[in-house]
Amino acid sequence: MHRTSRSAGVLALATAALLTLTACGGSSDPLSSETTDDSTATDAATDGGGGGEEIVVGSANFSESVLLANIYAGALNNAGVNASTNTGIGSREIYLNALEDGSIDVIPEYTGALGFFYDPEFSETDPQAVYDVIQGLLPEDFVVLDRAEAENNDSVVVTQETAEEYDLAAIPDLADVAGELSFGAPPEFETRPQGLSGLQETYGVEFASFRPLTGQALVQALQNGQIDAANIFSTDPAIVVNDFVVLEDTEKLFGSQNMVPLVRADVADTVRDTLNAVSAELTTEQVTEMLRQTDVEQRNPEDVAAEFLEQAGL
Amino acid sequence: MTWIQDNWTVIFPLGWSHAVLAGVPLVIGLILAIPLGWAARRWRRAYPVIVSTSGLLYTIPSLALFILMPLILGTQILDPVNVVAAMTVYTVALLVRTVADGLGSVPDHVQQAATAMGYGGLRRFLVVELPLAIPVIIAGLRVAAVSNVSIVSVASLIGVSQLGDLLVDGFNRNIPGELLLGIAACLALALVFDVVITAVGRALTPWTRTARA
Amino acid sequence: MIQSIIEWLLSPESWTGSSGIATRLWEHLLYSAIVVVLACVIAIPLGLYIGHAGRANWAVTLANSARAVPTLGLLFAMTLVVGPMISSELAFVIPSIAVLVLLAIPPVLSGAYAGVASVDPAARDAARGVGMRPLQVLTRVEVPCALPLLLSGIRAATLQVIATATIAAYVGLGGLGRFLIDGLASGDYVRTAGGALLVAALALTVDGVLALVERYAVSPGLTGKDVGDTAVVASTT
Repeated sequence: MHRTSRSAGVLALATAALLTLTACGGSSDPLSSETTDDSTATDAATDGGGGGEEIVVGSANFSESVLLANIYAGALNNAGVNASTNTGIGSREIYLNALEDGSIDVIPEYTGALGFFYDPEFSETDPQAVYDVIQGLLPEDFVVLDRAEAENNDSVVVTQETAEEYDLAAIPDLADVAGELSFGAPPEFETRPQGLSGLQETYGVEFASFRPLTGQALVQALQNGQIDAANIFSTDPAIVVNDFVVLEDTEKLFGSQNMVPLVRADVADTVRDTLNAVSAELTTEQVTEMLRQTDVEQRNPEDVAAEFLEQAGL
Repeated sequence: MTWIQDNWTVIFPLGWSHAVLAGVPLVIGLILAIPLGWAARRWRRAYPVIVSTSGLLYTIPSLALFILMPLILGTQILDPVNVVAAMTVYTVALLVRTVADGLGSVPDHVQQAATAMGYGGLRRFLVVELPLAIPVIIAGLRVAAVSNVSIVSVASLIGVSQLGDLLVDGFNRNIPGELLLGIAACLALALVFDVVITAVGRALTPWTRTARA
Repeated sequence: MIQSIIEWLLSPESWTGSSGIATRLWEHLLYSAIVVVLACVIAIPLGLYIGHAGRANWAVTLANSARAVPTLGLLFAMTLVVGPMISSELAFVIPSIAVLVLLAIPPVLSGAYAGVASVDPAARDAARGVGMRPLQVLTRVEVPCALPLLLSGIRAATLQVIATATIAAYVGLGGLGRFLIDGLASGDYVRTAGGALLVAALALTVDGVLALVERYAVSPGLTGKDVGDTAVVASTT
């Protein structure tokens, strides 16, 4: 009898514990705040001790975006704003939804890409003109802050051997041979206006096949010849490391792509001022060098970001 | 491998998130599966319906369920609740059948004896049938736990962070050490779950130990 | 939303072309079939041997604990390690196939092993008693008796492979997973949901076909349909 009552007791206790846990799982708040705390501890340079609204800096799923998110969050924390990161969210189509629904407050963006995203007919290519126009294209609750001089454009790259074999130096050179070549890019390139359809309309380049790939798989596939050309970012250290050839975008299909913080309109002035100060310091060379450190030397993006901020006095 | 030396501590916060995302659904799923399993046992006709419906849920690819959850629940797209809800669906799908079969494994003569002793209805279920079904339920929970730990890592593809981040980041930046650490941490977490569930199972079924000793 | 999914599923344009539903469905079926066949070739003889000889049970335990390895991680590791060794289109296929085979082995192995191990010792003795050699005992008595459990192991493996093959789209594999990954990347939830429905429909259809096979293949002399699946679950732990 004693034994039964003991096991019944354990059972009751377990049930009570389970019910408490369920209650937590049922409402979204405790759980989401819990995970946000985690990411603060993992990703942000400092554990936001300052009070006030927490600012979440999101990022896309590629190294440069993650790096920029860490730079933004680090600068904000240094300025006394309680900021954390949520990195690797996905493509533009996804993280803009996250910005819209308030899951994140800040996201590193690129001027031209925003233009293309909100206006398929977007045709500006001059850096300042692009910047001036996009502000008007954005939804009401989004604001772009100051643009950095640093730029990271989409680019079409091939291996040294392919470039020599087909005598390629610029994207138009592909027009005659693309029918024999396969092309690799992140999946969203297939449907974006300045993606496959842009290549065809602007340059008459139509590849024999399209292979959706991301990250290292894309670089590796180009290296091993499973694809003949790839859409890789111009600041990607893989280009230098593997001696890939960047084909010149003579018609400026990919436009100007200055790095710019895209924020929700309701963020505080401190956030705006701090991020503007960051943009004033960022150059393409610095970003490329920082990416070499994170992707080639495998250093932690958070540390690389912190070093940059220290040198820049931010 | 220097990456591991410099960064291995990230497994703790990420591992904790991972444990919550895999563990909470295990608990909720069990709580939901018990009445469902009981119903499947109680009404003969309900059994095939409940068992095949739950089997059907298991055929939904995890990635798809993660992506579509915000549309179903109306939650924010990066909300971890989406992952918890999706994992609960899988846990229930796995456990309903286990609970039903576990209850079915209670011998008829035991039930009759309990009835004869005056235990009826809910009391007989909670005090006699459910405890006796524990070993089978624990076995099912262990399978569900291992499977949850593995599936949760996919949530990195939708921006909910846990140990899977190490897998995706290690892959994107070509850092084998990070990838390996992620895999090892997932295995370790699965082991922890297994040990905890087994221990809880033993604590809840003292009679099995007495029998062996 | 639901309406646009139905429209997408019914529109002839979504079905045709090199990235249309028909092609993706065929790819998905082909990859899944290759995976399940390979897994069976490896796991069935091994499982039968272990069950028959009553030795090397650790192999079953090992295979089962391998279930805890995150599929996504294994997929990435395999792509990084094996990918560069292959210079053709197969570089996208082989790593994914290998990972899926590893995923499919445990249920098939458990099914084969548990099937043979659950054969009534009296039946085995009787077979020996009438003068059957060990191999004959295996093929004429143990395998037919093990069939229900073995087939349910294969069914479980097939369902798992069909659902999990979708993740392999992240490393460039074709198949229905493309709709999920590409839909996610381009924020096109209609394609994602439509793709998910197709995967579930495919899984159910294949499962139905296997259920029929099971009904015809299992000797009418065997009952124990009910205990079958339970034993597999129990044996996987």
